[in-house]
Parts: sequence; structure tokens; C-alpha cells
Amino acid sequence: MTNEDLRELSEKEQTRQAQFEHRILYCSSAGCVSSGCDAVKAEMKKAIDELGLTKKCELIGTGCLGLCGEGPLVFVHSDPTLYQHVDAAVARRIVEEHIGQGKKVKENEVDLNDSFFSSQKKIVLENMGKINAESIEEYIAADGYEALAKVLTEMTPEDVIGEIRKAGLRGRGGAGYPTGLKWDIVRKGVANQKYVICNADEGDPGAFMDRSVLEGDPHRVLEGMAIAGYAVGASQGFIYARAEYPLAIERLKTAIKHAERLGLLGNRIFESQFNFRIDIRIGAGAFVCGEETALMRSVMGRRGRPKVRPPYPSEKGLWDKPTLINNVETYANIAPILRNGNSWFTAIGTPKSPGTKVFALAGKINRTGLVEVPMGIPLRKIIFDIGGGTPEGTEFKAAQTGGPSGGCIPKEHLDLPVDYESLQTVGSIMGSGGMIIMDDTSDMVDVAKYFMDFCMDESCGKCIPCRVGTKHIYMLLEKIVNHQATQEEFELLKELCVMVKETSLCGLGQSAPNPVLSTIRFFQEEYTSKLKAATEFNAIDHDQSSATVAKEVQ
Amino acid sequence: MVQPEAKNHPSGDNRFKLLDRAITKHHGSGDALIEILHVAQGIFGYLENDLMVYIANALKLPLSRVYGVATFYHFFRLKPQGEHTFVLCTGTACYVKGATEIQKAVEHHCACKFGETTGDNKVSLISARCVGSCGLAPVSVLDDSVSGKMTPEEAVKRIKQWQEEKKEVAA
Repeated sequence: MTNEDLRELSEKEQTRQAQFEHRILYCSSAGCVSSGCDAVKAEMKKAIDELGLTKKCELIGTGCLGLCGEGPLVFVHSDPTLYQHVDAAVARRIVEEHIGQGKKVKENEVDLNDSFFSSQKKIVLENMGKINAESIEEYIAADGYEALAKVLTEMTPEDVIGEIRKAGLRGRGGAGYPTGLKWDIVRKGVANQKYVICNADEGDPGAFMDRSVLEGDPHRVLEGMAIAGYAVGASQGFIYARAEYPLAIERLKTAIKHAERLGLLGNRIFESQFNFRIDIRIGAGAFVCGEETALMRSVMGRRGRPKVRPPYPSEKGLWDKPTLINNVETYANIAPILRNGNSWFTAIGTPKSPGTKVFALAGKINRTGLVEVPMGIPLRKIIFDIGGGTPEGTEFKAAQTGGPSGGCIPKEHLDLPVDYESLQTVGSIMGSGGMIIMDDTSDMVDVAKYFMDFCMDESCGKCIPCRVGTKHIYMLLEKIVNHQATQEEFELLKELCVMVKETSLCGLGQSAPNPVLSTIRFFQEEYTSKLKAATEFNAIDHDQSSATVAKEVQ
Repeated sequence: MVQPEAKNHPSGDNRFKLLDRAITKHHGSGDALIEILHVAQGIFGYLENDLMVYIANALKLPLSRVYGVATFYHFFRLKPQGEHTFVLCTGTACYVKGATEIQKAVEHHCACKFGETTGDNKVSLISARCVGSCGLAPVSVLDDSVSGKMTPEEAVKRIKQWQEEKKEVAA
């Protein structure tokens, strides 16, 4: 494969696509698969065959189209129209009426000028609804692997790192560590073998961004990893994916096979001296494996238990070699940055957090789905303009970001810009991008208890503050929910949270108390109102027990 | 590196051949333990003690390591599953949308808790952390097919269908 070969492939694919008057794309992500997109696909295929339209239109499965709650979704590309709630009957009508007669099926049409679409800015998700998720040719026709070609033929590893540093890209896994800096550290490490890992262990409940990217545009992640491998001097990459995402794993396997076939992965890529292989490692359902040191142990076939840092993975990682770990979304940003230049990237978002962030919007909100917004956008815009607010008759109460490591943001902070620093000021974190909306029916103490139950269960048990602390926090929360806790116990809860936060070994324990602390900070009255009843109850209880004791004594 | 005796497993069970193939593919390396356990569970349905002994020998690992890994990860099962599986997603989006009600209704109907199998060995109840279909919350996975926007009534109805299926066959 040379640059010319790539260009030729791209042109060939573009000509092939151009011969079809219509391209019908149905969403083939897990959300729409669950809503029954297979039946839709079968019906459309049948209708296309019956009407003899096979030469005129092409039917392909694409990545997530965004409106996951309204699936199955179908997008007609030539005459941009998005259809929601498509069943077999509607599918037939789309082919017969829209493709056949040029009349749109009005009942199921989604308004593409709606603020759901216009407020978004797509970089990571740009290929969703454009290309076939399982075709490397279509990815190449959409400028795919162009960045890798450019990097391998025109740039030195230092140039690549310099470009990423200037773009100011920060880790999209949640902590926001500067990506270029991390690459630089791994680059400087001296070793005969280095590794690149893609963290696709999207463990936060309520988050499905990485899954959608892997399902809809797997090559982009592979390209990002290969560029990273070249920049840091690694020849082996691993993708650590969750076992809960079978579709994503399957698409990744296909993508790796296709890339190897074309020589875009393997030996002497683009006729350079650079060799790079990618293997998939499948997780087995442990939340703690999202923590980098635990993840690496899991890649090596061990129990996923974190280690003390330093040494950081960038110095001593997999098999004690320098290892680069980045999140799926971070790798997905690499190719566009190198293709379009750093100044294009810094023009989006805020000076300290350039670029965009993908959020998985779910919970009590009208339009659930996958959205990508520029950094620094006010929270209100995401929830009300894009998400359409909470269902009728209910009132917005809080937005939860960062999963079990994050916090709840109440309505007085709705105008907060969404970037790494601002979210921290209100006790939450950016996290990997799950955003769960809660309305006034949600009991915040119960929410805190829910997350603590999660952390307690997922604690690996290595360090005591996390193993024992989370259990005790959970028991105290349970007491509060059941109106049995005293004021002293409430104070104890707060103290314990700070203790667990400050003394735990890894990120799981250090952030586990965040949901409790943030709900205490913003919704303290929900805690104290449950306490008052408890004091009265205890008082009665106490009187009775002292009465029984008195009786026994007599 | 396959152990010579591995090829002729004394039980004559052909499934071991599939397992051996996976072990050979990973060059019998202990680093591939999790991959091997995935394959083994895929073939045998669950990880029996003898199976773990077999894997430990083949990969030249102490049994404690194999058992440790198998029990550390939620995905590995040490007990056989029921005929059908009902997986309830307990992710945040599903929780906010009322997964707890479904859990209560199903547990009440099946007279067993999540993580267990019904007395008639018909249905295994499993709770998942998040299946990533949050747009369709609350979600459950019935025998590998994802069903969104689940209600307690619907969940119980589907389980009843499975249970009645058996009666028909028996009759």
C-alpha cells in the first residue's frame, strides 16, 4: 500500500457510490438492533428487489444516528431525510414512496433543523450516518487512513507529538490529562518493546459513547492507535473491550482483518519501517478494570487489581514496558487533528479544553441518545435544546455526570460551561461522557445509595479504605433511607466519605464518595429530612427499650 | 504447546478438542488465561472445577490463579445456568427509569433473587451493570435478545411464557 494506492482506492469507492442515485442508511448500532432494525433492513431489501431498484439505490448499515430512544432509525442520504420509529410497514413505504415516487413519508420524518442537530458539532461522530460501519473502502473514501499515510510518509514521531500537543487534546476518558504530554513520556522511555492500549472498558453505567464509536466507525480508532504507535515507538497495540459489547467486538475484529488485508496494519505500513499489530482483549465484567493499572493486569490474564502509582504505565506498564493508554474517544480524535491541523482543532471548544465531547444522554429526558457538543457549551443547552428537557409534567432536578465517580449537578448550575475544570468546581467530573438526567421524582439519597452499592460491589478488595469504607458508607445510607439514622451518623457519613476519598489506592475508591458528597452539598435537606424522623423514631424506640429494661429489673 | 494428554481427554468429550485448539492458538501462554476462560465458558456453559484444573494444567498455572481469576470477574459462572436467561440491566439510566420495580416483580414471581436460578432450573436471573442501550431504558436481555422499555408486567409475562413452554412439552 502506498499513498497512490490509497487515493486510488478512495476514488474507486467514490465512483462506486456515485452510481447509486440513493443511499439508504439504517442505524445498525446496538440501540437500533434492540428496537428491531433487522426486520426493517429485511423489508427494505425485499421492497428494493421487488421494485427493481437495486441499481438505483444502495442499502447499508451505518453507525449510531443519535436519537437512540426513537429507533429504529433510517436515513436517506441523497435527499437528507431522517425517519424515526421505522417498522416493517414504514420501511416499505420509504422505499415505495420516497425512493420510488419522491414523496417523503411525513408521519415518521424527523425535522433535521431541530436544535437537537443544529446545536451539535461532530468530529468523532462525523462518519455516523455517512459510511457503512463494516466497510473499510467506505472509510477510506471518507478520508480514512489519510492521516496515517501523511504521518508515516511526511512526519517524524516528534512532529506528530508536537502537533497533538499544539492541538491541546486532553484525555477523553474523564481525567483530561494532556494527550501529547503522555505520548511524549512514552516516547522518551527507553525499551526494546513498547505498547499502546485502547481503553474500551466503558464501565460507567449509563455511558455508551465508546460502544457507539467502536460499532459505527471502528477504523478511526485503529487509525488513531496506529498513529500513536508510530509516535511513541510501539509495534503492538491492544484494545481492551468489555464482554458486554459483543457487536462492537465483532465489528472491531472485522475491521482489523480488513485493515490487515490492505496492509494498513501489519508490517511495513505505507512502505515505511513501521510495523504495527492490534489485538483485542476481552474484559470479563469488572468495573475496576477501567483503571489503567488494573486494566493492564487484566490484559496480562491476571485479576484486575490496581497497583500503586508511580511508576506510571508510561514508564512501567504491560510486562514492565512503557505503555500508552488512551480512551476510545481520544484515539478517535487523532486522525481528524492530523488531517486538518492543530489550529482547526483549537478553534473549537474553549482555550483550556479544545475540541468536542461526546455525551450519552439518558434518563428522564425527552430525547435520549448520543450527542457531540463543543466543549464549554452550557449544560442548559445540552439538556433543554438538544435533549428537549424532561418529560411533560416533571421538573428537572439534577444531571449526573461521570457515573459512579462523578456527581450530581443541580438546576442552579445549569449555566455552567461543560469543560474539565468547571465540572470539578461543582464536585463532579467530566467522566467518560455519561449524562443521566433526573427529575423531581428521583430521591437523591437513594441515588447516592445506588452508586455506593455499585462501588461497594465493584471494589477489588485490595485496599481497606475502599473495601470496608464503601460498605460502611452504604450501610449508613441505607439507614438514612429507612429513616433510622441519627444526626451523629450523618456526621460520621461525611467524615467517612472524606476518609475513603483521601486514602484509597486507586481512582475507584478515591472517587467513590463523590456521588454522596455532591448530593449532600446540593440536596442536604433530603438527607436531614430523613434524619428528623429518625430521631423521633429512635426516641420512641429508646423509651420503649428502657421501659422493658426497667420491667426486667423489677 | 499442548500437553500430550490433552488431546485424549479421558472422558472422550470432544469439546476439549475445541478448547485445546484455543489454547494452542495462544501458545499455551498463561497471559491468555482470560481469553481461554471465555472460550471454555462458551463451550461448556460454565466453569466446572475439573475444567479449571484442566486449564491450569494446560497453561502451567497454579490452580489458585485460575480459580482466582474466574471468581474475580463477574462474567465467569461456576454453576450451570437455567434453560433461559433473564438479564436485567441495572445501569443508571435503567435505575432512574424504574429497573428496581422490574427487579422486585421478577424476584417475587420467580421466588428467587437475581444471581440465582429458579427451582425448576428453567430461568436464570442475572443483573448486568450496563448493556449500553441506555436510550431504551429500562432494558433487559432475554436469551441474548435485547428488549427495551421493559415494564414489570411485561417482564413477568415473558418469564411465564418460558415456564409454560416446558409444561406444554411435558404434556
